[in-house]
Amino acid sequence: MARQIGEVIVDLQNISLRFGGVKALTDISFNIREHEIRSIIGPNGAGKSSMLNVINGVYHPQEGKIIYRGEERRKMEPYEAAGQGFARTFQNIALFKGMSVLDNLMTGRNLKMKATLVEQAFFWGRARNEELEHRKKVEEVIDFLEIQHIRKTPVGRLPYGLQKRVELGRALAAEPNLLLLDEPMAGMNVEEKQDMCRFILDVNDQFGTTIVLIEHDMGVVMDISDRVVVLDYGKKIGDGVPDEVKNNPEVIAAYLGTQH
Amino acid sequence: MQFFFEILIGGLLSGVMYSLVALGFVLIYKASGVFNFAQGAMVYFAALSVVGCMEKGAPLWLALILAFFIMLLFGMATEKFVLRKMVNQTPISLFMATIGLTFFVEGFAPLVWGHSVRGLDIGIVDEPIESVLDSLGIVVSRFDLVAALIAGLLVTGLALFFQYTRVGRALRAVADDHQAALSIGIPLERIWAIVWGVAGFVALVAGMLWGARNGVQFALTFTALKALPVLILGGFTSVPGAIVGGLIIGASEKLAEVYIPPVMQAMFGGNFGGIEGWFPYVLALLFLLVRPEGLFGEKHIDRV
Amino acid sequence: MFYREAGQFKTSYGADQQILPIRQDRIGMVVLLAVAFLGVPMFASEYWFSAILIPFLIFALAALGLNILTGYAGQLSLGSAAFMAVGAYAAYNFQLRIEGIPILVSFLLGGVVAAGVGILFGLPSLRIKGFYLAVATLAAQFFIVWCLTKFPWLSNNSSSGVISAQKIIIFGHEFNSPQDKYLLVLGIVVVLALAAKNLVRGNVGRSWMAVRDMDVAAEVIGFRIMRTKLTAFAVSSFYCGVAGALYAFCYLGSVEPDGFSLELSFKILFMIIIGGVGSILGSFVGAAFILLLPVLLDVLLPALSETLSLPVDGASISHIQTMIFGALIMFFLIVEPHGLARLWQIAKEKLRLWPFPH
Ligand SMILES: Nc1ncnc2c1ncn2[C@@H]1O[C@H](COP(=O)(O)OP(=O)(O)OP(=O)(O)O)[C@@H](O)[C@H]1O
Ligand SMILES: [Mg+2]
Repeated sequence: MARQIGEVIVDLQNISLRFGGVKALTDISFNIREHEIRSIIGPNGAGKSSMLNVINGVYHPQEGKIIYRGEERRKMEPYEAAGQGFARTFQNIALFKGMSVLDNLMTGRNLKMKATLVEQAFFWGRARNEELEHRKKVEEVIDFLEIQHIRKTPVGRLPYGLQKRVELGRALAAEPNLLLLDEPMAGMNVEEKQDMCRFILDVNDQFGTTIVLIEHDMGVVMDISDRVVVLDYGKKIGDGVPDEVKNNPEVIAAYLGTQH
Repeated sequence: MQFFFEILIGGLLSGVMYSLVALGFVLIYKASGVFNFAQGAMVYFAALSVVGCMEKGAPLWLALILAFFIMLLFGMATEKFVLRKMVNQTPISLFMATIGLTFFVEGFAPLVWGHSVRGLDIGIVDEPIESVLDSLGIVVSRFDLVAALIAGLLVTGLALFFQYTRVGRALRAVADDHQAALSIGIPLERIWAIVWGVAGFVALVAGMLWGARNGVQFALTFTALKALPVLILGGFTSVPGAIVGGLIIGASEKLAEVYIPPVMQAMFGGNFGGIEGWFPYVLALLFLLVRPEGLFGEKHIDRV
Repeated sequence: MFYREAGQFKTSYGADQQILPIRQDRIGMVVLLAVAFLGVPMFASEYWFSAILIPFLIFALAALGLNILTGYAGQLSLGSAAFMAVGAYAAYNFQLRIEGIPILVSFLLGGVVAAGVGILFGLPSLRIKGFYLAVATLAAQFFIVWCLTKFPWLSNNSSSGVISAQKIIIFGHEFNSPQDKYLLVLGIVVVLALAAKNLVRGNVGRSWMAVRDMDVAAEVIGFRIMRTKLTAFAVSSFYCGVAGALYAFCYLGSVEPDGFSLELSFKILFMIIIGGVGSILGSFVGAAFILLLPVLLDVLLPALSETLSLPVDGASISHIQTMIFGALIMFFLIVEPHGLARLWQIAKEKLRLWPFPH
């Protein structure tokens, strides 16, 4: 299926977010179109993670509007965002350490499970069917990410690269329509990065999932993004297709000015 | 009105004692992130050590010094044999370990010093101060006043110690950020040993005062239960919080004990005394619903 | 050599998701249940029933309840005994005030009332975490016991709140002998333990563990923190409540509010620490350990003091017991934070590979 970039699904208008005296985001506007890979870049502390947190309701901006498929939403909690099909990964791995890979992925299916407490207690009726049905879905994700061999391993025991992959798996298990990835390749070696890139592109391509990606590796960003937003000190300094952004003098200055 | 003030003052004075015990918690929590449930057991242990030494023939001053060294030793041993071995565990595990420690001390202390209830005479009589009684008609116990003064002095002393000495500054640095403190060469283990020593000292003073007032007995361990709501109210990390929280809890608890049961009695009939046991907790909880960060805490948003 | 899963292939996800996927474990469980239901009643003495087996099962149930809250959902509670009290008093009052209500329904409703009270005292968990919450649960402990003492209606106007449990009659059969009571308690505990196992391996269980391990991520994936925590409080208190009802009806016969003291709450906490936090099996092992230890020490310590010719009086023995309890808690937290259940698991892993080292 040739991927076709669709209409705007999330429109962020004049978002400002403060923590006490710290201005994490100042008056930021940009939009996300269906099926695209939209990257957010910027130096450390620019406000990239805060932006993702605003999109899926972890942080509530003091000012600004978020319009989702034409409807404005005031204040949304993360679980409501999940209900609308938003899923994400975190900059610092946020897996459920005490659970196996399989269970971590199964949590991604939770919103689709309807069995009541009593049904679950007796593993009866819907509880049984759901558990089997969703297990099948989760196995598809496991196959997709090539992690069959670690299914039953507690995630705490996995190496870093695999943990990142499992975290992507947990998000994918939810069959999201918007996937927010916060530095999914940070700290990986070249080979692992290539794998991760392949997974991201495949997800976007096969399922048409819209992806918002934060990444520091410019090579990767320029390669796979459709459009890129650049933040610096909480302000937007650039927005456009990779080539445009690459040649934007303000962006170049920001990157040269704050070498990390 | 006089009656009200009498209760209020009595409550505030005993509140200072709660602050004192709460302070022991705060010190250890600030410096090592451990919520030391055994603080109450330490109060009991310290008081028992004082009377124990006196029974062996030591005068009060010597008994106090000996007891201080016992508490110091105990603190260092705890740090060395328990807490240091649990550095990588969750705060809740550490907390549960201190519950274990509580039981250990509650068995160990009476095993060494005997468990019979004993009086402790520190030379202050528990009687109304006459001048106040004559001029205002309010009963204020001399003992409570002196105890509150001693506790107040100790609290001020510790605050100054934290603010102005080198060790105090190191302690605060450790409290703010363990890693950073380590990286600038502050010896964590020594700091922790000192903190446990100081907490032992605070327990000793509390044990002496409470023991002299109510007798040295197992019930001293319950001082911890009095201090816990103070901590919820004031925050686990705040010295001023411990003090103000103690005063609030002390005063409101006594006032509640006097004024609430009659109301309930009128409503339901029967006897509703003894609300002191839970009232501070419920008060602290209600307060938290309004202000989850506590009296002096700062609002905090989890970072992801 | 006999503990092998070789040759046992799972051909469906259903088979892979069984509670006991290894055949030998299933056989072991069947044998265990047969012994518990058939063997024990044939051989155990009255003393064993009423002093050891019945309290063991009841405490295991309470520990299971606490383990759901603390081990699985990560919310430390110091008020388990108070929820037991609610269950006991509620069951008593249902029997007392509703003509002809079946006793099992009373137990169930006792649990339900405890669950309601649990939700109430779980509300602070939405705003406070960790020790703050642990301390807040003390409010439940003190407040509930106080209420039971002070409101005479709850104990049918008996002096200082003592209740005497009613007779247990099910389908016309009176459960009077220790053996009958044992079987009744065993049946209830087995059903509830199975239900707990199902819960923790299903969606609710995953929601609990998710909130325990990383609450922000849990919310982002769609779990509602508030509902998850309150469900944990409710289910946990339900288990404690039923345990409390059994404690009053099948073990003590008559109880007073002070029987459900902070001390008892700690005892239940110790059971899960030693048995295994976050393990159903651990709740049982821990309960057995904490109950049997004093029995053992009562025999051992006097014998020891005699051989060493040290005079030890009764009080000292109880002090030493307290010390040993405390020391064991610290020991387990330092050496094996996952308790005896983990040791059992490790032993099984070893056995699976034996006699080859890897
Ligand atoms: N929960 C919070 N509480 C207080 N300040 C915060 C919080 N989250 C973010 N900030 C502040 O907001 C600013 C932006 O942080 P953010 O994590 O969004 O940056 P970032 O672009 O993701 O940086 P990095 O590349 O290092 O991940 C920083 O100054 C940070 O300290
Ligand atoms: Mg970031």
